[in-house]
Amino acid sequence: MHANEVPERSAPLFEGRHKAVYVVDEHGRYLIAKSGGTEAEVSVTEEAVSWFARLAAEARERARRGETSPLEVHMYRQRMDLPTLAQATGFWRWQVRRHLRPAGFARLSARGLARYAEALGLSLAQLQSLD
Amino acid sequence: MSVALDFHHQQSAHCESGVMSALLRHEGVPLSEAMVFGLSASLSFAYIPLIKINQLPLIAYRMVPRFILNGVKKKLRLPLRFETFRSPIDGRRRLDELLDQGRVVGLQSSVFFLPYFPANMRFHFNAHNLIAYGREDDEYLVSDPVFDEPTRCRASDLQRARFVRGALAPKGLLYYFDGPVPPVNLAPLLPAAIRKNCFLMLHVPLPFVGCRGIRLLARRVRRLPEKRDPEFTRRFVGHIVRMQEEIGTGGAGFRFLYAAFLQEAAVLLGKPALQDLSLQLTTIGDEWREFALHAARINKGRDAIDLPLLHRLLTDLAKKERALFGALRRAV
Repeated sequence: MHANEVPERSAPLFEGRHKAVYVVDEHGRYLIAKSGGTEAEVSVTEEAVSWFARLAAEARERARRGETSPLEVHMYRQRMDLPTLAQATGFWRWQVRRHLRPAGFARLSARGLARYAEALGLSLAQLQSLD
Repeated sequence: MSVALDFHHQQSAHCESGVMSALLRHEGVPLSEAMVFGLSASLSFAYIPLIKINQLPLIAYRMVPRFILNGVKKKLRLPLRFETFRSPIDGRRRLDELLDQGRVVGLQSSVFFLPYFPANMRFHFNAHNLIAYGREDDEYLVSDPVFDEPTRCRASDLQRARFVRGALAPKGLLYYFDGPVPPVNLAPLLPAAIRKNCFLMLHVPLPFVGCRGIRLLARRVRRLPEKRDPEFTRRFVGHIVRMQEEIGTGGAGFRFLYAAFLQEAAVLLGKPALQDLSLQLTTIGDEWREFALHAARINKGRDAIDLPLLHRLLTDLAKKERALFGALRRAV
């Protein structure tokens, strides 16, 4: 990559910041340039973010109808999926699957709730509400 | 307030090589990030379908976390000391103690819980590296090598990020120099480091590592369920690009970073052939970027899914990398 190919303007994704990339100057010498984000990396990161956002929105609709628990909504909002959440809490996957159902979530002990809150970085009140 | 005096922040492409380079520089041993990366023979490729991240396989363009730290430690016989903690309270106490002694400390943490990261770049990756170089009141002075500027981080946030559970859990890992750094003579160490990297790319007897791994990924891409599950197909190709281009690779899945290392090595060893190979690797890196551009457009739904194209680009890259590392092996 040539020094003049680096996008200087920081993409919204980078929030005004730049990252370091290795480029060559006109003599073929390597130097570090500040990149505001190339089209490819910005686009795939935004897609990954919106994938989680879409899953969270769908889960929220189902949670409103009482078909799933708030835990599923928060799981996707915090960019986790079932295996990640199981690993982060130390629960087995089948336990997490059970806790994702409204009935299973309702039966969670205070300690169980605290484990989920800790792993997701939320307060207990946030974990139990849909907002 | 305690702060390590005369510590200078320097931005780098990759977190682990950046931290190692910054720690060494602080000890008066100026080793560039590229040198640290190449010396530890950290360039690689791996496609491991059995390990899933958000339902997608693990794809990596470098060796496992801590390979750089351990590699450089061994090569330079550094008194680098690692400590992990069972209890978060002990972990915090130890960090404070080291900072109060005026030391610069490397830390492993999660990315998701670091508030100074842009919100949409925070994902659950637990093997991020950063430097703490002081503390004041309830905040740590943090030099995160992937950002332009040093920053501050609240103690409670850093604490959470250091003690997350899950894959690659940091367990509060911190590391620092526990004694003087011995004098460094690089040139004699380089041929073995380069040979090791050639081995990793060419001869690891596993089908999913090195150039063979690229070919395996190419074959997988060709078989993606384009018609049956176009959404999964688009996510899969986007995932490859994320692993390749997202924060901390220096572009093109570390290929440019390694090319920069070869350039430095060419001078230190007095071997112009390495300069040529560095240029060739730069060209390969540009092809990786071209692949990324096609894949990203497919991922976004801007271009129609064209799996034969991606397959061709990847097999081509596998072939070119095989030739390059073969030539590199013969050159040293």
